[in-house]
Amino acid sequence: MNDSLLSLITFIPALAAAILAIFLRGDEAAANRNAKWVALVATSITFLVSLFVLFGFDPSNTGFQFVQESDWLLGLKYKMGVDGISVLFVMLTTFMMPLVILASWNVESRVKEYMIAFLLLETLMLGVFMALDLVLFYLFFEAGLIPMFLIIGIWGGKERIYASFKFFLYTFLGSVLMLVAMVAMFSEAGTTDIPTLMTHEFASETFKLLGFTVVGGMQTLMFLAFFASFAVKMPMWPVHTWLPDAHVQAPTAGSVVLAAILLKMGGYGFLRFSLPMFPIGSDVLTPLILWMSVIAIVYTSLVAMVQADMKKLIAYSSVAHMGYVTMGIFAANQQGIDGAIFQMLSHGFISGALFLCVGVIYDRMHTREIDAYGGLVNRMPAYALIFMFFTMANVGLPGTSGFVGEFLTLVGIFQVNTWVALVATSGVILSAAYALWLYRRVVLGDLIKESLKTINDMTSREKWIFAPLVAMTLILGVYPALVLDIIGPSVEHLVSNYETALAHAPEVSSTTASH
Amino acid sequence: MIQADLNIILPEILLAVYAMVALLVGVYTTKDKLAPLLTWITAAVFVLIGAWIGMAGGGENIAFDGMFVDDGFSRFAKVTILLSAAAVLVMGQDYMSRRGMLRFEYPILIALAVVGMMMMVSAGDLMALYMGLELQSLALYVVASLRRDSVKSTEAGMKYFVLGALSSGLLLYGASLVYGFAGTTKFAGIVEAAGHGHIPIGLLFGLTFVTAGLAFKVSAVPFHMWTPDVYEGAPTPITAFFATAPKIAAMGLLARVLHDAFGGVVGDWQQIIALLSVLSMFLGSIAAIGQRNIKRLMAYSSIAHMGYALMGLAAGTAFGVQAMLIYMAIYVTMNVGTFAFILSMEKDGQPVVDIGALNMYSKRSSGKALAMLILLFSLAGVPPLVGFFGKFYVLRAAYDAGLAWLAVMGVIASVIGAYYYLRIVYYMYFGEETDALDEGRSPVQYVFLMVSAAAMLLGVVNLFGIEGVAQAASMALVN
Repeated sequence: MNDSLLSLITFIPALAAAILAIFLRGDEAAANRNAKWVALVATSITFLVSLFVLFGFDPSNTGFQFVQESDWLLGLKYKMGVDGISVLFVMLTTFMMPLVILASWNVESRVKEYMIAFLLLETLMLGVFMALDLVLFYLFFEAGLIPMFLIIGIWGGKERIYASFKFFLYTFLGSVLMLVAMVAMFSEAGTTDIPTLMTHEFASETFKLLGFTVVGGMQTLMFLAFFASFAVKMPMWPVHTWLPDAHVQAPTAGSVVLAAILLKMGGYGFLRFSLPMFPIGSDVLTPLILWMSVIAIVYTSLVAMVQADMKKLIAYSSVAHMGYVTMGIFAANQQGIDGAIFQMLSHGFISGALFLCVGVIYDRMHTREIDAYGGLVNRMPAYALIFMFFTMANVGLPGTSGFVGEFLTLVGIFQVNTWVALVATSGVILSAAYALWLYRRVVLGDLIKESLKTINDMTSREKWIFAPLVAMTLILGVYPALVLDIIGPSVEHLVSNYETALAHAPEVSSTTASH
Repeated sequence: MIQADLNIILPEILLAVYAMVALLVGVYTTKDKLAPLLTWITAAVFVLIGAWIGMAGGGENIAFDGMFVDDGFSRFAKVTILLSAAAVLVMGQDYMSRRGMLRFEYPILIALAVVGMMMMVSAGDLMALYMGLELQSLALYVVASLRRDSVKSTEAGMKYFVLGALSSGLLLYGASLVYGFAGTTKFAGIVEAAGHGHIPIGLLFGLTFVTAGLAFKVSAVPFHMWTPDVYEGAPTPITAFFATAPKIAAMGLLARVLHDAFGGVVGDWQQIIALLSVLSMFLGSIAAIGQRNIKRLMAYSSIAHMGYALMGLAAGTAFGVQAMLIYMAIYVTMNVGTFAFILSMEKDGQPVVDIGALNMYSKRSSGKALAMLILLFSLAGVPPLVGFFGKFYVLRAAYDAGLAWLAVMGVIASVIGAYYYLRIVYYMYFGEETDALDEGRSPVQYVFLMVSAAAMLLGVVNLFGIEGVAQAASMALVN
């Protein structure tokens, strides 16, 4: 049981999708209802089964657990496993998906295909976090584009076609370069096994390429190729422009998945591949990445402030929050990486909840324009409360999980580069500015808009969707050790390996010693 | 002695005899009424011979003093050619009968073309090569213009003939140079004359012209100009045929000439093939963007795919040939499915080729739309579909051979190419509702579409074991 548990979790949703595709018949109303229930049950079972992984996981073991391995073609392996870094992303995915399905209860067009797309997407996302073979990882990573492309394209808003193409081609371009790097790694190391590659030392002799001196050699080039993919996925400034389009046009559930889970693949990729496999390449490019992160934090916060569309505002705020993540990761110390992982998990709950909040009023008014709202508190007190809570969490109010992540990443970066920390801290203020202002314009004030006079408060289904998210945000906010105890040892292992690798290559790391 | 030689070439002889018998029967009996039956019988004969060749196995046999080589490589190529030709024949039968195009000569010409292709991939001598090539080409010129009453079809046949003749001329000129400088037409002799790493200049010219002539046949840029027009003009079942079997034959022939005759001077032809590859990938990807006619679009798509297959060949290693063979096998499987879909596109009984007609196709026939979606993503090379593995193999081959720049170019072209495949998905899934296309009438097309799509999805498990077979085949060619 233990060695195929991860595969079981991964493929339950796919199995449900296959069942829907093949067996679901009957008149439309019944078929739609059944499709929703099958999807909800399947995602809930996946969550329940994944609890076995969480409770069976031994945090003190920094290696991979629940490993399953069998041969595949071309000397590749079908190998799955989780460690302290990935296990919570698996949990985040299985936790969010039932909520996503519940949030889609009102979908009316092509319900069967909708549920199939989301179920397949869950399988692929889980696979990304569990795969322990380069090509298997790539397979899951890329395949996720197909259902997401369809979700945006079929069930999206007015500009959905532009957004779906931009989403697909942007991320596809990023990841094919990673594919070339993977081929290069396969060639050099002779294996695609991720644990083996983590201990493999890739060549880092400086050489000249087309007249440019490449400090860090192959490691830097491979790092850049992976960076192209993960930075787009993350997304980092300046390759973030696909995200606002995709978010705005995607249906609510699509936005939630995108913000809560898909964006985390970039950060996970940095931790799984970039830091452990190309330590020297990472070190060479760290200053660049740190400043890109800071620009993301400050610039996209400012951009968020002037948005007229709620989803776009939250999308830009996501980019800013992901800036903390990349900053924490490339601080490359315990607090920084702990904070980055924590921030990713907490952002998963918070941004997911914020998109759901937008979804609640969008379902009622069919507009996301901030100007179309105002004074909702008068008719929707429960909604105002929940929106308030997540706005505060987004700002990083102590007591919510948002605070812990931001604080840890800032502590981490402060030890590495004070100037970066200084500028990044201003993002905390800016996020308060745009989030509170959004809240004021939408919820507070007098209810003067004629169209809002009949708006109804949240239904109990909607309240139940938010309940687990509120709980998680609070629990992690007051007791972060729940997460940190699980990720801590693995992160420590990662950091010490990273530092050992750098210590072996003094001539390169000295070029960046000033940082 | 001659007995042993004939035994080796028996499959080709039997197929040729079958074609002639069928011709006589057709002429002396009911002529075109017999055609549907004859199509099925021909396909069955293809499958039988394919199974026979596939099962036979057993090392390398050389017949006629090196003119004809029967080895693992040629068997792999022949089985793929025969099976894809059979699939395309039965797929198009319904389409052609209903439009009165199904003459009894059609399956016979295809059978003769297939004999030519089998000769091509087995050629061990420039003469045998040319014989096979011309037998194939002549049969194909005729089928391209099968619709004598259609201007486009005759134009397609004419263009194909004129440009094909030009390419044959180039090839012959190259062959004569090779003969002049090597003193022999046998590949085994040429490889000695070419030496290792140092090739006489005359032979180099010969090599270049022969490669150019063959590049016409695989429709590699810059020798691709005939492809879109011929694909568009020829009746769709024949386009489907052009896109599959002849491509494998030409690619197999190219691999054989390069490795058997010029295997010692990989460095000299590697750059030619790499250039053909990169140009094909980019032109195929970029030029297809503007196409609305799905047949023209598939023409450019096949040019791009040939670019990827050439990337495997450019590696100049056994692994490169293996990658090329796997790529071609996958390519053919995808194209059979895609053309099964294109054949079923019709409105009021008339064939439709405008991709705009697919608007919201998914609402009306969700099963077929889903199958087509899978095929399109596979053509674009998106995992987990099998098309991705084809790309992964050739990328790996190119990188291992030190052609990292080619691999990078290849993946960039694949992103550009993804756009036009996505555009068809866009019409099928996100478009606006327009007049519906007819429900497909032919169960055969439906079956091929579904099987091909299922293969793209399920192949992720182990590629149906094709990897090992292709490896054995490539080892037979490169040693």
